[in-house]
Amino acid sequence: MGIKILTEHIDVPGIETLEVYRKHGGYRSVEKALKTMTPDEVVEEVKTSGLRGRGGAGFPTGMKWSFLAKPEGIPRYLVCNADESEPGTFKDRYFMQKTPHSLIEGMITSSYALGANTSYIYIRGELMFVLRILEKAIAEAYAAGLLGKNILGSGYDLDLHVAPGGGAYICGEETALLESLEGKRGNPRNKPPFPAVKGLFASPTVVNNVESIASVPWIVNNGGAEYAKIGIGRSTGTKLFSCSGNINKPGVYEIELGVPVEEFIYSDEYCGGIWKGKQLKAVVPGGSSVPILPANLITKTAAGEQRLMTYESLSDGGFVSGSMLGSGAFIVFDEDQCIVRNTWNYARFYHHESCGQCSPCREGTGWMEKVLHRIEHGHGHQQDIDLLVSVAKQIEGNTICPLGDAAAWPVASAIRHFREEFEWHIKHPKEATLPGAVYRGQLATIEA
Amino acid sequence: MAKITFDGIEVEVEDGTTILQAARKIGGSVVPPAMCYYTPLKGSGGKCRVCLVKVTQGSAKDPRPMPKLVASCITPVQDGMVVENTTNEDVMNARKGIVEMLLINHPLDCPICDQAGECDLQDLSFEHGVSATRFEEEKRTFNKVDLGPYIQLHMTRCILCYRCVYTADQITAKRVHGVLGRGDAAEIGTYIENVIDNDFSGNVIDVCPVGALTDKTWRFKNRVWFTKPMDAHRDCPTCSGKVTLWTRGEEVLRVTARKDQYNEVEEFICNTCRFDKKETKDWTIEGPRHIERNSVISVNHYELPVLNVPIVPNLPSSTKKNLPQD
Repeated sequence: MGIKILTEHIDVPGIETLEVYRKHGGYRSVEKALKTMTPDEVVEEVKTSGLRGRGGAGFPTGMKWSFLAKPEGIPRYLVCNADESEPGTFKDRYFMQKTPHSLIEGMITSSYALGANTSYIYIRGELMFVLRILEKAIAEAYAAGLLGKNILGSGYDLDLHVAPGGGAYICGEETALLESLEGKRGNPRNKPPFPAVKGLFASPTVVNNVESIASVPWIVNNGGAEYAKIGIGRSTGTKLFSCSGNINKPGVYEIELGVPVEEFIYSDEYCGGIWKGKQLKAVVPGGSSVPILPANLITKTAAGEQRLMTYESLSDGGFVSGSMLGSGAFIVFDEDQCIVRNTWNYARFYHHESCGQCSPCREGTGWMEKVLHRIEHGHGHQQDIDLLVSVAKQIEGNTICPLGDAAAWPVASAIRHFREEFEWHIKHPKEATLPGAVYRGQLATIEA
Repeated sequence: MAKITFDGIEVEVEDGTTILQAARKIGGSVVPPAMCYYTPLKGSGGKCRVCLVKVTQGSAKDPRPMPKLVASCITPVQDGMVVENTTNEDVMNARKGIVEMLLINHPLDCPICDQAGECDLQDLSFEHGVSATRFEEEKRTFNKVDLGPYIQLHMTRCILCYRCVYTADQITAKRVHGVLGRGDAAEIGTYIENVIDNDFSGNVIDVCPVGALTDKTWRFKNRVWFTKPMDAHRDCPTCSGKVTLWTRGEEVLRVTARKDQYNEVEEFICNTCRFDKKETKDWTIEGPRHIERNSVISVNHYELPVLNVPIVPNLPSSTKKNLPQD
């Protein structure tokens, strides 16, 4: 059992209440930070910790904080991105639902570090029940003097609001989130200016994932150097993984970064192996937008080294033979799963969620979905595979926000690693459209 | 002042100028096309992606290249920046790809479209498109919507440049006009089928780069290249009154704002000038307007082309007969 930072007390009965949470050491970081540290010292600690953004991109949090512009007389904002909508990701929902006070504690400490006097938690619209839990916890924190004016007599003021989204995946993109929070249509903004200079209400803003913010209290309590000791290399600390698919024990696991992928899949401590003893076919290690990897490439890199659950190791090999850690949505496919169908499903999601602002993504996502739909339903042509690759390439990198890339990568990677399966679908439309039909010809070559 | 190199040509511009504006200062064929950017409209640009360029050197201070292609219409210049547009193969390929994307759901009904002949998308696909399509799926379609007595919205042709939204937002007070829906189902709408009713509503027709918003007083009257553009003005209490009349013989078929070579209006005009003053006696005619950009309009031009240089030398006599005659 590795060290637990975020989920240590998650199963304690009543941890969602302030009383129990404080009994288990809650809000110590607020006292420590507000009474004994300057904001810059907190930022320094986070920088030393090497904590990287847990929302998907993996950008160092401390670095992001230090980019925040600090002009005189203009307010600064901290916004927590709880718009968790990536297919396969459910760690933030689980975490906020279980220990809402951990997030609030992180928000107070982080807001103090950034000098923000108003902060927002932007939560996914579908998570209304979590919003209620958070609002209840915030009310408790206000009553205990942990929020509001003059927190714990330190002279620091903070107002914390929870704002629900309207159910759009695109509002998880930080600038679309800010637009939505301002009450506008959730279209991503053109960058520059970056939110650190001109964000919410045209003021400097930091947008962080729930998990990143919730890691800050531990860093403040124990020191950034201590946090940096956990994990491997530049992948420090622990991370929540939302594990789903054909595994024996789906759920959220907090692991120290650096656990071998093979162990993570097969160990009883985590995923517990592939269900019904079936063979592993493929894994999407970081949420639907990262490239899919066949079994042989997920356990070992192309060079034959053991793959670890770290930012670096999972992306080893680039897009040719690697993937990304992303938001930590670990989706496992067994031998009976059809990659074409799955890719079509992802493409359908991105088609539905494209905001429609810039042309490559608006038109390209729909195009890819239609072509994949055709292949899946037995009407594909041989040239469709190359067409998909070329459309994915036309979208990638040419859009305002990363949704275009996120839509292109799963399609491009599925074709890269499972081209045979696509070809089989096109050559044998009758067999391929039978219920439960799966191509097995490639299984032996990708065996882990 | 910042000095940048654009396609190997050096140009000096004010700090904060965008790459596109710097390129326009050079002019000619190096200027990237723009479908959504519109100089008079604040906040426009960055959406259509056809103006993507490669920045091979960020600035003199930080010479690293920018990792991705950038939208030239919204990226400000830095001193010492080196930009490649027509000289970069990646840029040209990306642009070709984006033009293809813009066209897959476009109805390509140019033969019955009033915008044909002065359509930005037509020019763009002529320059960067391909003649065959790889898209065999059903195109997205919408029903036509009437936006009051003067304007017709044909969403099927729309490329969602947002120009009309910005126009409605910025030059008219009562805004009823915006984008509904998401992705390729997004549509320009006046929630729900409201009439756009204000003195300057007609300008959304001028800013539309395609035939999605058309002038109902002009629909199906004639093709633009058969009409003569004439600069004219009148004393108008609401706007500057400086317009272009599109005439055929003595008849004024259409009134639009004066547009420059990038199809951007010089001054917005009011609805009275645009829709109600359709007789030559209403106007003081200044003279013919030279249309530089939309060559199809100039094909039939009565005005001598630039400096006595014959535009089509050694034209076979059989072809000459087929030139459209007024």
